[in-house]
Amino acid sequence: MATPSAIRSFLFEAGDIARFTGKFFSQVFRPRYEISEFIRQCFNIGYRSLPLVGLTGFIMGLVLTMQLRPSMVDYGVESQLPAIIGIAVIREIGPVITALIFAGKIGSSIGAELGSMKVTEQIDAMEVSGTNPLKYLVVTRVLAATFMLPILAILSDAISLYGSFLGVNIRGGTSFYLFWTQVFDNLSFSDVLPAVIKTFFFGFAVGIIGCYKGYNSSKGTEGVGRSANSAVVVSSVMIFILDLLAVQITDLLGFN
Amino acid sequence: MSGEVVNSKIVSVKPVIEIVGLCKSFGNNHVLTNFDLTLFAGENLVVLGKSGSGKSVLIKCIIGLLDQDAGSIKVFDSEIIELDDTELDQVRARVGFLFQSNALYDSMTVRENLEFPLRRHWIKVSQKEVNDMVMEVLEEVGLAHTIDMMPVELSGGMRKRIALARTLILKPEIILYDEPTTGLDTITAKEIIQLMMDIQKKYNTASLIISHDMNCVRMASNRIILLYEGSCYANGTYADMKASEDSVIKHFFE
Ligand SMILES: Nc1ncnc2c1ncn2[C@@H]1O[C@H](COP(=O)(O)OP(=O)(O)O)[C@@H](O)[C@H]1O
Ligand SMILES: [Mg+2]
Repeated sequence: MATPSAIRSFLFEAGDIARFTGKFFSQVFRPRYEISEFIRQCFNIGYRSLPLVGLTGFIMGLVLTMQLRPSMVDYGVESQLPAIIGIAVIREIGPVITALIFAGKIGSSIGAELGSMKVTEQIDAMEVSGTNPLKYLVVTRVLAATFMLPILAILSDAISLYGSFLGVNIRGGTSFYLFWTQVFDNLSFSDVLPAVIKTFFFGFAVGIIGCYKGYNSSKGTEGVGRSANSAVVVSSVMIFILDLLAVQITDLLGFN
Repeated sequence: MSGEVVNSKIVSVKPVIEIVGLCKSFGNNHVLTNFDLTLFAGENLVVLGKSGSGKSVLIKCIIGLLDQDAGSIKVFDSEIIELDDTELDQVRARVGFLFQSNALYDSMTVRENLEFPLRRHWIKVSQKEVNDMVMEVLEEVGLAHTIDMMPVELSGGMRKRIALARTLILKPEIILYDEPTTGLDTITAKEIIQLMMDIQKKYNTASLIISHDMNCVRMASNRIILLYEGSCYANGTYADMKASEDSVIKHFFE
């Protein structure tokens, strides 16, 4: 049950995150620009999630195909399998699953890293060493997460469609060429664009919430663990909320 | 100011830090209430106070990591709270800060830790100069062989020395020490204090040392300020304090 105090603390937290986001935007366009640290973070954040995102994407495509196939056969629309999978993966499943995996891997690592830097005074030490930690630590990580997640999601889409191709081929074959033709014939620009755009927002949410949680970590190793944990929980929920908003907005704009 | 004000032996007359009427609260927790302090060039001043009395809050206000609620903090005649970011960085480049938890960057090697303040504060500096300065401070603290190690591979005493090397690398005119001996065994603590004294002599820095370790107070201080209930309770040399009859002072020095 949601008690009044739970609601209160939820609202306070939402306000705090909004304020933190405001701080991010007040820093992001002003020099000094931490380009090399940003590139390092892109590599860290993007490259380290690649194996996990690839693996889950592959399994997801394969399993989804195998699960859908019997019903499709029953209705006699088995030939539509690639088209259906294509739509499902590209519009919804690929972006959301990738974002959730990303939240689990990157959200927690950002939360834990900044949290331990906070409690061991490393963030203060940066500040007295002529470095704005909001720029050096937060802006770089949030931007890297924002730009890496769309790339990962596109890669994951591709890998998961490949998994689906293998799934289609377990029983009854279809050629590689035919599979992709069927996928792409049924996809339009208005399927792909909103799906890609929303991943930028998912990435931003994971980055900003991870940083916020780390930055506000309470003292002690337990506090750091809690930051990492709640970074994952809050950003996962946020991904679903953003997804819900995204579908409403694309609907309103007539992208369907 | 309550309590007893005893004679202070002033080493030099030029103040580098001047704090007047400093107040800082967190909600209802009034940590500092009307605190005064003056640090003169070349002097070792110890601020003594029990745990949780606001010693760390005090030096974090001095370096601008926390904003005070009221009162004035002047470092090299600049009012800290009125400085913009660039000016504040200029002051910070002249002040070293040794954190209680060392605050070594654990994702970086010892070399990168030491290079960090140099590269960040002095943007135009060649790799050769950086290498020379890193080696110089590492030799100063006697740990040249650890240059490529990670902080986790070092012992507590070594980490403290590296942290000290990192504050030294910019040749600060003031060093702020936050409990430099807390968490170290007595022998290592003595070595660290000795190192602090050597550095102070060699570079002629002013030191503000925050401590509740009586060994550190006895060995390192030219002058002592007793922080008690948010303000400066007493101010004097170790001998003055030791001889005092005041019950609060006695409590610390017996
Ligand atoms: N950022 C902060 N927010 C709230 N309270 C704080 C903060 N920093 C310190 N305090 C409080 O200020 C008091 C003094 O802390 P501190 O200066 O760390 O003590 P110490 O003298 O042991 O260094 C403590 O009661 C602490 O809870
Ligand atoms: Mg302290």
